[in-house]
Amino acid sequence: MTHLRIRTPEGVEFALPLAGPVIRAAAYLIDVAIALGITTVLAVLLTLVSLVSRDVGTGLMQVGLFLVPILQGVLLEWLWNGQTVGKRALRIRVVDAEGLRLRPSQVILRNLLRAIDFLPAFYLVGGAATLLTRLGQRLGDVAARTVVVRVPAASHPDLEPILGNRFNSLRAHPHLAARLRQSIDAHEAALLLSALARRDALNPDDRVRLFAEMASGLRSRVPLPPDVDDSLADEAFVRNVVEILYRPSGAPDGR
Amino acid sequence: MILDLERFLAQERPHWEALEAMLQGLAHGAPLGIDEARRLHALHERAVADLAKLATFAAEPESRRSLESLVARSYAEIHSVPVGRRERFNPWRWFTRTFPQAFRRRAAALVVAVASSIVGVVFGAAVTVADPESRHITMPFGHADMRPSERVRRDEASGASASIHDSHASFSGQLMTHNTRVSILATSLGMTWGIGTLVLLFYNGVGLGAIGTDYLLDGQGRFLFGWILPHGSVELPAILIAGQAGLVLAHALLGRGSRLPLARRMRDAVPDVVTLLCGVAVLLVHAGIVEAFLSQYHEPVLPYSFKIAFGVFQSAGLAAFLLLSGRRTDSDAPRSKRSLPPP
Repeated sequence: MTHLRIRTPEGVEFALPLAGPVIRAAAYLIDVAIALGITTVLAVLLTLVSLVSRDVGTGLMQVGLFLVPILQGVLLEWLWNGQTVGKRALRIRVVDAEGLRLRPSQVILRNLLRAIDFLPAFYLVGGAATLLTRLGQRLGDVAARTVVVRVPAASHPDLEPILGNRFNSLRAHPHLAARLRQSIDAHEAALLLSALARRDALNPDDRVRLFAEMASGLRSRVPLPPDVDDSLADEAFVRNVVEILYRPSGAPDGR
Repeated sequence: MILDLERFLAQERPHWEALEAMLQGLAHGAPLGIDEARRLHALHERAVADLAKLATFAAEPESRRSLESLVARSYAEIHSVPVGRRERFNPWRWFTRTFPQAFRRRAAALVVAVASSIVGVVFGAAVTVADPESRHITMPFGHADMRPSERVRRDEASGASASIHDSHASFSGQLMTHNTRVSILATSLGMTWGIGTLVLLFYNGVGLGAIGTDYLLDGQGRFLFGWILPHGSVELPAILIAGQAGLVLAHALLGRGSRLPLARRMRDAVPDVVTLLCGVAVLLVHAGIVEAFLSQYHEPVLPYSFKIAFGVFQSAGLAAFLLLSGRRTDSDAPRSKRSLPPP
């Protein structure tokens, strides 16, 4: 499974993409580096204590070395809604497996149970568990009922650079536009839009071949009059179809 | 039908941004009045409806992912009963009520943990009597290297254990962190369906039984109790409670005798497991201080009768605390403060 799926009482399902073991390991390494930095600063501060009492300085250092990584994980995940510095940098987050708000007990348990996930070394048990469990959970996550998901950047498509504001010859044939809108479903439309959005990343030959195939499929569903068809290259035809689909009432300036 | 995406986004985005702003305010602890709560609910409902429209009539992945993330956060806010940050945590109340209540509520797991340790103690004692050479396998922390009477002679000559001279704080810190690590491991091993927890408690019992028998056979019973009781009367119960927490976890994982699904069983168990483990940490801090500053001093510096009496009184105090503290509020102690998930 690649997503955590939750159904709301309204019957609408939403899916959160699961974070894979590699990105989680990278986030953990960032957190380890930060914990090392904190303990280094702590060690420097405790040398001042050691000037007064070497014994007390050593004792505090032992406790500090033990507590810093645990407290870092627990406090940040609690205060930052499931994120640490590493998780925030790599846009992942710990969430409750049922979509509810994280509780402190869940955050504490998943961090303390790193003790078993780390065994026998380098998170072998935890890594194996993420590969074997349905929601990619290490044992700490299974116990705490938590899941690590990716956090998508809040963004919405800007159709203007894709569709532009150019003349669309299909608009002169409202019956064709209506048939196109009837025969293409939302997923196919999203695929066409995605192809247009990524067209500059394709090499020229692949780009020509891809849009030729798409245009051929569209033409087979809604045959066009020769005067319209002959004047349009494949890519321009696909762009016009997508504009008809996503801008049924025309471009924002009314063209 | 396919959505007029640009128009839809232009029309709905202000509502999503308003919801995002409310969620950020809540994340920073902003209070929520009745009117704000109604508005939050209305914005959430609208975002859910928009998500349904986007999924059905546009399938546009970028907007959908973004809106799903927003709906996930508002869903969590609306369907969770506020706990934690919005409820002031009272450490004293937690330690004197929540911890002993969780201890009593999970007494069956403690019985199993104690039984496993007793089997280990008996085994350790038996092999020490049957084969004195087994000391090299059964005794931890270098106890196998020296006869008890030799150690007693050495320590009584200086009045304290060799390990403690001028290093009380560092020795104490070392004990606290080591014992807490062992306790966390004992609890964590509950995820091996409890097998690891039972093995660890058994192993701990073997060491204890072997060392105790060795001292008794060598005629050093007074020294043994004077040395062990001051800190052991807290440290040993703490390790057992950590094992108890591990077995609570294992019981939830196995689900024996329960018809509830795994998710519900774990949700019920987790608060108690964490409470028990955090309580253990507090007890081990106390035990570490006592072991470094009291247990390692022997006659003639400290009379064994005083140390034994201290251990016995401490043991009785701990038992009274765990069995009686917070008892009046046992009946209204919540099992889980969070709402049930929606159907």
